[in-house]
Amino acid sequence: MTAVDLRVAQRPNAPMTTYRYDEYDAAFVSERVAEFREQVNRRLSGALTEEEFRPFRLMNGLYLQLHAYMLRVAIPYGTLTARQMRRLADIADKWDKGYGHFTTRQNLQYNWPKLVDTPDILESLADVEMHAIQTSGNCIRNVTADHFAGVAPDEIEDPRPTAEFLRQWSSLHSEFSFLPRKFKIAVTGAEHDRAAILVHDIGLRIVKNDEGEIGYQVVVGGGLGRSPFIGKVVGDFVPREDLLAFLEAILRVYNRFGRRDNKYKARVKILVHEKGIDEIRAAVEAEFAAMDRSVFAHDPEEFERIAAFFAPPPYESLPATSALLRAAKLETPAFANFVDVNVGAHKIPGYAIVTVSLKPIGGVPGDATSDQMRVLADASERFGFGELRVSHEQNIILPHVRQDDLFALWSMLDAASLATANAGLVSDIISCPGLDYCSLATARSIPIAQAISKRFSDMSRQRRIGKLGVKISGCINACGHHHVGAIGILGLEKKGQESYQITLGGDPTFSASIGEILGPGVTAEQVPDVVEHLVDYYLAEREEGEAFIDTWRRIGHARFKDVLRREGEDGADI
Amino acid sequence: MPVFKHPQILIASNLTDGEVVFLGSSGWERDHRRARVARKAEEATALEALGKRDISANHVVDVYLADVEIGSDGAPTPLHYREKMRVKGPSVRLDLGKQAGEGAL
Repeated sequence: MTAVDLRVAQRPNAPMTTYRYDEYDAAFVSERVAEFREQVNRRLSGALTEEEFRPFRLMNGLYLQLHAYMLRVAIPYGTLTARQMRRLADIADKWDKGYGHFTTRQNLQYNWPKLVDTPDILESLADVEMHAIQTSGNCIRNVTADHFAGVAPDEIEDPRPTAEFLRQWSSLHSEFSFLPRKFKIAVTGAEHDRAAILVHDIGLRIVKNDEGEIGYQVVVGGGLGRSPFIGKVVGDFVPREDLLAFLEAILRVYNRFGRRDNKYKARVKILVHEKGIDEIRAAVEAEFAAMDRSVFAHDPEEFERIAAFFAPPPYESLPATSALLRAAKLETPAFANFVDVNVGAHKIPGYAIVTVSLKPIGGVPGDATSDQMRVLADASERFGFGELRVSHEQNIILPHVRQDDLFALWSMLDAASLATANAGLVSDIISCPGLDYCSLATARSIPIAQAISKRFSDMSRQRRIGKLGVKISGCINACGHHHVGAIGILGLEKKGQESYQITLGGDPTFSASIGEILGPGVTAEQVPDVVEHLVDYYLAEREEGEAFIDTWRRIGHARFKDVLRREGEDGADI
Repeated sequence: MPVFKHPQILIASNLTDGEVVFLGSSGWERDHRRARVARKAEEATALEALGKRDISANHVVDVYLADVEIGSDGAPTPLHYREKMRVKGPSVRLDLGKQAGEGAL
């Protein structure tokens, strides 16, 4: 048994496949909690003004929102253990209102913590190796990754060791703690992009060159928000040993040339757009050549130490298909639908990847009650080596389920209202909290998601429609990723009323595209009608095997605009 | 100075718990119906001054004036949908916030 194995085995409830803190990590997080406790005390005593305190609370993930404070907890690359999920549930019960909201950055937000309780919450999180550091502020945020990491059949390499490596490099990086704006990195190691890397400040795609060596395609300058851009390749193949130095060079170029005079033009995407990728690439390469790279020299031993935490769990040798699964599907149609929609292929024979939708019909996208969190923790221990993932689509993944166990798992989930069979379908809507919670929002987004979900509540109709990404943001900051929704919805204020702008043709994958505006804004009540008309038109026009985005690309935006205008002229309520 | 068009109340967030509060006649209230109403620009300016005082005293944060209309019972109701949300709670969780009796409505 290696030292790492021994350390993992010695921990209570130790999962098999995630990073565990060493003494340095634990001390670092504990010190941060103590430091923040002191800062809160100084704020409450008046020793710190709000202006002085605000950067401290934001560095610890604490925002002030519409109704209360909000605490954003980091879930690095979306990976959680059962123990951590249970702790999130306990915190929700003890210090919040019995639920949490899983976000598009694979994090969790509590909507009602009190300032005075926050140090205790952070201490409770630290106890299970969690924190809220760098979930806010102009720093490198939580590094996200493919939620099927380590189990997807199309994977070249598990992206989580790289993501963890970057997390350690970027945590409290002294040079990058006060960047011009926030900075988001995503990593994928698969042939299909499930991490939306092309719309991140830096997107990393693990690739293999002709010699069979692993490296990274590095994309820079993607992003959503007020000015959406698709990232551009700045490094075609960056060897692993150069990765940290190369990223350091990009961040230095951004830190030096990124605009600080206007926060709306401060993201690296604007720098890339204004300078052009060729000039940025030249600047990065010059910085890379000139810098002392020995500081960032790759440490294979450290990388292997980290990678060892993500070793595959002890899978059984199983047949590729399960007779039990086949029989249960025949016997229980609802289960069969769940398997067909929410269960994906696994790289290990006899296993499956299960997506647990947090989008019940008419529910709040991404919300889970504390009881549901405990069910998920229990389910992961019974059926999945105690590991869970949070997807940027605001769902929970159980990445290692035996096909033989799928029916028992489904029964458990169904009893907890967690078995909605809509993963990737029209009601699996990404939605930011919008004006129901967020102080930046200009309109509500959750009620729009609920109304669309109810409009398409017939699950057989949803399955006929097929994969369709609907994404809703309650303001131009685009936390709901509306720019990359096949159908995107943006809530704005127009003449003192909530108004919704519809876009079509967005795509967050390797074939990324930014959605195009359909027409003038519509009211909240009109949105479900508009979406339904668009979907009906797609169904009428689609060719065999075409998803909504394919049909839209084939026949063009104008045809969709036309049909909507004709429907309006015919008296439809749109 | 912005043009004074409507009666206004002073809204803030309570420092310790973040709850939405409204400046009343004898301090910060959790029920907007008990808010003190400024009916003239000078009264609004006076409310703001009190808000600044209580920011300095570390009672409240994020203080601003909001336009209201006065009902037949004399109670103020915010005009903008954002502040209407703040005096109630999330529209998607009627069991939470002031509308659910958590704090006063």
